[in-house]
Amino acid sequence: MKSKSIKEKVMHIVFLAAAMVCIMAVVLICVFLLANGVPAMGKIGVFNFLLGKTWRPGQDIYGILPMILGSIYVTAGAIIIGVPIGIMTAVFMARYCPKKIYAPLKGAIDLLAGIPSVVYGFFGLVIIVPFVRDTFGGSGNSILTACVLLGFMILPTIIGVCESSLRAVPEEYYQNALALGATHERSIFKVVLPTAKSGVLTGVVLGIGRAIGETMAVIMIAGNQARMPKGLLKGVRTLTANIVMEMGYAADLHREALIATGVVLFVFILLINLCLAAIKKGVEQ
Amino acid sequence: MIKFELKDLEVFYGDFQALKGIDMKIPANEITAFIGPSGCGKTTFLKCLNRMNDLVEGCRVYGQVTLDGEDIYNDYDVNLLRKRVGMVFQKPLPFKMSIYDNIAFGPRTHGIRSKSALDEIVEQSLTQATLWDEVKDRLNMDALSFSGGQQQRICIARALAVRPEVLLMDEPTSALDPISTGKIEEVVMELKKKYSIVIVTHNMQQAVRISDKTAFFLLGEVIEFGDTEKLFSVPKDKRTEEYITGRFG
Repeated sequence: MKSKSIKEKVMHIVFLAAAMVCIMAVVLICVFLLANGVPAMGKIGVFNFLLGKTWRPGQDIYGILPMILGSIYVTAGAIIIGVPIGIMTAVFMARYCPKKIYAPLKGAIDLLAGIPSVVYGFFGLVIIVPFVRDTFGGSGNSILTACVLLGFMILPTIIGVCESSLRAVPEEYYQNALALGATHERSIFKVVLPTAKSGVLTGVVLGIGRAIGETMAVIMIAGNQARMPKGLLKGVRTLTANIVMEMGYAADLHREALIATGVVLFVFILLINLCLAAIKKGVEQ
Repeated sequence: MIKFELKDLEVFYGDFQALKGIDMKIPANEITAFIGPSGCGKTTFLKCLNRMNDLVEGCRVYGQVTLDGEDIYNDYDVNLLRKRVGMVFQKPLPFKMSIYDNIAFGPRTHGIRSKSALDEIVEQSLTQATLWDEVKDRLNMDALSFSGGQQQRICIARALAVRPEVLLMDEPTSALDPISTGKIEEVVMELKKKYSIVIVTHNMQQAVRISDKTAFFLLGEVIEFGDTEKLFSVPKDKRTEEYITGRFG
């Protein structure tokens, strides 16, 4: 008995330590970001930093509004493209898909989730960039290209979460709707899908998180010009791209300004997590 | 007047034969009750009347089912059938939306868009389900926030809002307390003036209280079918007598 209780205590400490690693990581990242980023914001001026329209490190002008807008535009575009396709695919997989097609389709979507983002970038570079250039003009490295590629990239996230929430809706909802004379389609879209609403929203918000944090694929196809976004077919630089492009050679205030860019990104992710928490809370009520 | 006429109805689930050649005439504007032990085919029979059995994988239906003389299994629009033949399930299951939208779902499905027409249908249906006075100030509240008995009456109102001719009820009170059950029974008695009602029940007193005709099912066959009063007082078949006196089941 005694040896068992010692063993339990030891294991208790081991588990606690494991949990602490996770918390420590988050705390350390927060401390590092804030300690290095916030003073830079002070030096540049919070207003000048967040709302400045010009980013010219050579002249010590650090305004990241172009990058904030760039991230928001690209993410919004990815949502516009990815969400409808993702939800429709999830509905198809949960309610329409013949058994024979399901396994390969599910496999393909899981594979899509596992492809490294640099490979997505290559795909964009070789296929989407030339397509956009030939169809709509411009150089092809543009907001539109980034939206399309990110739209693809967030599909597995949205499909996975939506499908499982659709499957969690009791079959009786569907039968009750059918028994009122509704068609298969109407029963699914007006009754089953709204019942799964919170799950669908969770999928969308996770997709937003994925899109806003994506770096490598975006750098390869978005053009990365640090200027205010001028149009769908013009190049754009996102917050993530800004950090990666310049971190290698930046020093002093420039370097700190890039870390401050990371702080802004961090705040975005924090907001997204708050949204998720709010959705979950809404479900419990 | 005859509403449904069934000839030699046989239903299989895979290799299992759930109904074995049933002939029955279900009268209009009366309450027909189905009694019998669990697994005897009552619910299967009920689901043949609005073709909900179509959803069950491996289910095959043979024989003829006619509604007002039309064969509902032969080139008949199943959505129209389910509009004419409404159904109330065992478990009350309002959709996750307001009461108003729950009741209006059916009429909207069948193309009614005007707000005033929908308002009228909602009020009428809720009144028929004796729920209007209880909920008229709370029509925008989530239907799931009401009690089980109220939810079941919401489901009845939702089925009535489609303006069906027949109402199928699959043990509609088995999940409810005696007071809610009493209310639902009152609703059903009132409804028979306008609708033909078929009700599956495990509660024999309920069958006696509300139904005009009763069918006794056993192992996929109809043992006896006739006026409720006669069936319960002078059953013709020995097995019926044994069941209603509680000797098995």
